[in-house]
Amino acid sequence: MHEGKVLAYKRINRDLLSGLFENQLRYWAIVMFLGLVVLVAVVAAGFMVNRGVGVTGLNRPVFWGFFITNFVFWIGISHAGVMLSAILRLSKAEWRRPATRAAEVLTIFSLMTAVLMPFIHTGRPWRLMYWVFPYDFQRGIWPDIRSPLVWDPSAVNTYLISSILFVFIALIPDLAVIRDRSSGIRRIAYSVLSLGWRGTPRQWKLQAIAGILLSALILPVFVSVHSIVSWDFGMAVSVSSWHSTIFAPYFVIGAVHSGVSGVVTVMILMRWLFRWEEYVRKEHIDALARLLIVIAIAWFYFFAMEFIFGIYGQEGDELATRTLQIFGEPWGWWFLTFIITAFFFPVPLWLFRNVRRSFLLMTITTISVNIGMWLERFLIIVPGLARKQIFTQSWHTYAPSPIEIAIVVGTFALVLMLFLLFAKVFPLIPIFDIKEGQVLKDEIKIGRRKVPAVIREE
Amino acid sequence: MANEHKWGMVIDIDRCTGCQACVAACQAENNIPINEEKDFLSRRAKQWIRIDRVWEGKFPNVKARFIPVLCQHCENAPCEPVCPVYATYHNNQGLNVQVYNRCVGTRYCANNCPYQVRFFNFFDPEWPGTLWNQLNPDVTIRSRGIMEKCTFCVQRIRRGERTVEGQRGERLNDQTLKEGNYMPACVNACPTDTLLFGDLNDTASQVSRRSGDRRHYKLLDRLGTDPNVVYLKKVDPYAEEEEAHA
Repeated sequence: MHEGKVLAYKRINRDLLSGLFENQLRYWAIVMFLGLVVLVAVVAAGFMVNRGVGVTGLNRPVFWGFFITNFVFWIGISHAGVMLSAILRLSKAEWRRPATRAAEVLTIFSLMTAVLMPFIHTGRPWRLMYWVFPYDFQRGIWPDIRSPLVWDPSAVNTYLISSILFVFIALIPDLAVIRDRSSGIRRIAYSVLSLGWRGTPRQWKLQAIAGILLSALILPVFVSVHSIVSWDFGMAVSVSSWHSTIFAPYFVIGAVHSGVSGVVTVMILMRWLFRWEEYVRKEHIDALARLLIVIAIAWFYFFAMEFIFGIYGQEGDELATRTLQIFGEPWGWWFLTFIITAFFFPVPLWLFRNVRRSFLLMTITTISVNIGMWLERFLIIVPGLARKQIFTQSWHTYAPSPIEIAIVVGTFALVLMLFLLFAKVFPLIPIFDIKEGQVLKDEIKIGRRKVPAVIREE
Repeated sequence: MANEHKWGMVIDIDRCTGCQACVAACQAENNIPINEEKDFLSRRAKQWIRIDRVWEGKFPNVKARFIPVLCQHCENAPCEPVCPVYATYHNNQGLNVQVYNRCVGTRYCANNCPYQVRFFNFFDPEWPGTLWNQLNPDVTIRSRGIMEKCTFCVQRIRRGERTVEGQRGERLNDQTLKEGNYMPACVNACPTDTLLFGDLNDTASQVSRRSGDRRHYKLLDRLGTDPNVVYLKKVDPYAEEEEAHA
């Protein structure tokens, strides 16, 4: 799979730091546009906080709607970072090199956005501080640890902190490179951040050990976070279609499905934006597409199982939920869109190498997977509530208000904007990792034979 | 304390005429804003007690059935463990208590209530004109972003306790609070004695005697929520007749 050219170190430094040291018109144009969309969402959220949650489309059976769907979606996207970085690092997959940092950074920003959603959802964000940080110690009222909503912030914050550490450890050698190429205040800032990195063998060894340790330690957190998010629904005894034991693995694999797709999308975006054709190559996209095939099939298995288990019990409210999901108006159309985009769009990846190696087709496929996965969460959350229990008088439906749509669209712009702003301050492709990859590929001639220059311990 | 109260209710469906007096009384007692047509259409109307109407049979042989539904004050309430801030919990008198000051508005409790008797304040409550002057001073006005529900008129129970204390001039003990010292607004208003309220631990009380009736059942019993509200089945002479013929 070694298709790339061997590049000079000087060239690698210049290319991968181009985001930091060069100003491009189209970069700023995109950031400005995204900023504008975020601004609209901020105004919408402010309006909602000022008037009350009533400006949304929520009602008595459907108390959770677009915001919670979006929360679950962004938590799902955040699963790409660890899935790619940690697992591929531990398994020493060569093609991970240009993908790891983009994946980790996507993790951090999508997690931060996900954490925003419950705050917006309650309509009075200042009250929610009480839940995450119980400040009135003297009354002796602590958060109720029986509630999945207490497990949630614990898991998500653990994941956020460990992901930030993970990114930072991998950034240190690159920060030193930037430090050596900058001056003034910038130099001081990068000096502090690079923690006195000199590139001594001992420092390299410590950095490698820290990376591997964090990879191994973060994996259980990665599995637990989305399991716990799924228990927000699985623990609800009163909503039949939520109350399912398969939710934890189903949500985790669904998260990986949307997360890996998200990484492919942003990798192609940054390849186009920063002209990194030499670094993000067809072989990388191909490898990610193969991974996506496995995940898509595993996810579909869990989806089918969850559905079959649901209707197998033949309970009235469960059947009513499923009927609404598939045949309801307009739910049925969304269900059809979800199945086609999340499962059938990736099918050509199984069959054609050309599709896996086409940047355009991969962009379309991965974006469509994420449209499907957003709808999947929506179709789990809302119809279940709309057909809760057998009190048919209380059944209702839900349609989002423009305020909710504006805020949800704004979160997409927010994640992309933060991702691009990150590229202005830090390199999005790990410089030292790319160089390491080249060193490992080096070959020397001994007599007539070519042998690898570096022999790795397995 | 040896003899704790366990407040409960018995609802005799056979007596219910669907007159909605309980709904109106509850509305007035508990400072619930007036429900307008748009509130019902958007499914945001607040009715701590509601009369669910069920149509039975096909035209022309249609029968309207009524069932008053209010917070069941479950002993094993699904709404309680899911609240992250203990805004709803079970007190030692069998009441499912809602603490407005603690509520942060996650709305998880409402999702997890199978009876759908929890109501969210989507906006600040409003009353037209001088109706602001008739609000009950014993009951908090709930601002927006807060969950609310039937309290079994806990303010009336407390008032009953204070009255007994005042009459005897000494601290209250559990033996002194007798039936008639307390009564929720809906029970007070019910013209047909469909609703009965009392102490399920007091073997002499009307509710504990009636709750053992052979017609008794609990709403959504299969979920294991163990409600403190007991329903008595409708006696349908026609159905019994049909059964006899068959």
